[in-house]
Amino acid sequence: MSRPAAGRSTATSPTVKRQGLRRLLPHPLLFLALLVMWLLLNMSVSPGQILLGSLIAYGAAWTMTAFDMEEVRLKRPAAMIRLAGRVLVDIFRSNLAVGRIILFGLPKGRSSGFMTVSLDLASHHGLAVLAIVLTATPGTLWMNYDPARGDLLLHVLDLDDEQHWIDLIKQRYERLLMEIFE
Amino acid sequence: MTAAPELPVWTALLVSLLVVAGAAITLIGSAGLWRLKSFYARVHAPTLGATLGTGGVLVASMLCFSVLGGRWVLHEVLIAVFLTVTTPVTLMLLSRATLHRDRAETQDEAPPKAKD
Repeated sequence: MSRPAAGRSTATSPTVKRQGLRRLLPHPLLFLALLVMWLLLNMSVSPGQILLGSLIAYGAAWTMTAFDMEEVRLKRPAAMIRLAGRVLVDIFRSNLAVGRIILFGLPKGRSSGFMTVSLDLASHHGLAVLAIVLTATPGTLWMNYDPARGDLLLHVLDLDDEQHWIDLIKQRYERLLMEIFE
Repeated sequence: MTAAPELPVWTALLVSLLVVAGAAITLIGSAGLWRLKSFYARVHAPTLGATLGTGGVLVASMLCFSVLGGRWVLHEVLIAVFLTVTTPVTLMLLSRATLHRDRAETQDEAPPKAKD
């Protein structure tokens, strides 16, 4: 099923030469995620369900090769757990903060607005995760990313202190994302 | 709910607390669609329902059915995962379309494109 690098393949998604495990199983992480999803959906870890789930996940993993995407290679599981923890805490906190703004309005003298953060993170998957994190957190919204400059345009509901948001993104998320994806 | 009487009191309390809290947060988020003034501000509001609001209801559901069934019921996690991964797509689509239009109409509120 190896496809020549024609058609959809662009400069941003190079055709990866698959070696070892990845030759038999092109997207191992996707395979694993789909298998876990299957077992969760069926709420069973019986051998039959594992076999059926593996077959489906295997087919899906091979189908994904048609998209010729950059493969995800994750490093440092500890960093992933720390990031997940931080994101959960931040989602909780910003829910309360935005809830307060909706109920009582913005504190006097504050306003919402746009701001730009310059990112060092360049991995596509890392950026996708950052986009999900920022958008899933109430109060910040990913508006536009300029890949040539690495500039990210954000809309922030409570734009009191721009530096606070820059620190949040760069120190709290970006550093860990770079550890995981780069 | 026919199975509710079998639920121990502590679970029933915790589950109802979580469901009410989740629903309240979702309600506040929806109110934001009406309270907030500009489009860009309003886009932030529904995220409340999609994150903590759903989170509360899902944790309540996991707790309730795990206790009732006497085994771990975890497939609600999938709802949380898919909701978190897909909500940004809609929000970004909406907000970027607005940004594009506002820039084309040179609205004051939208930031101009970066100059080269």
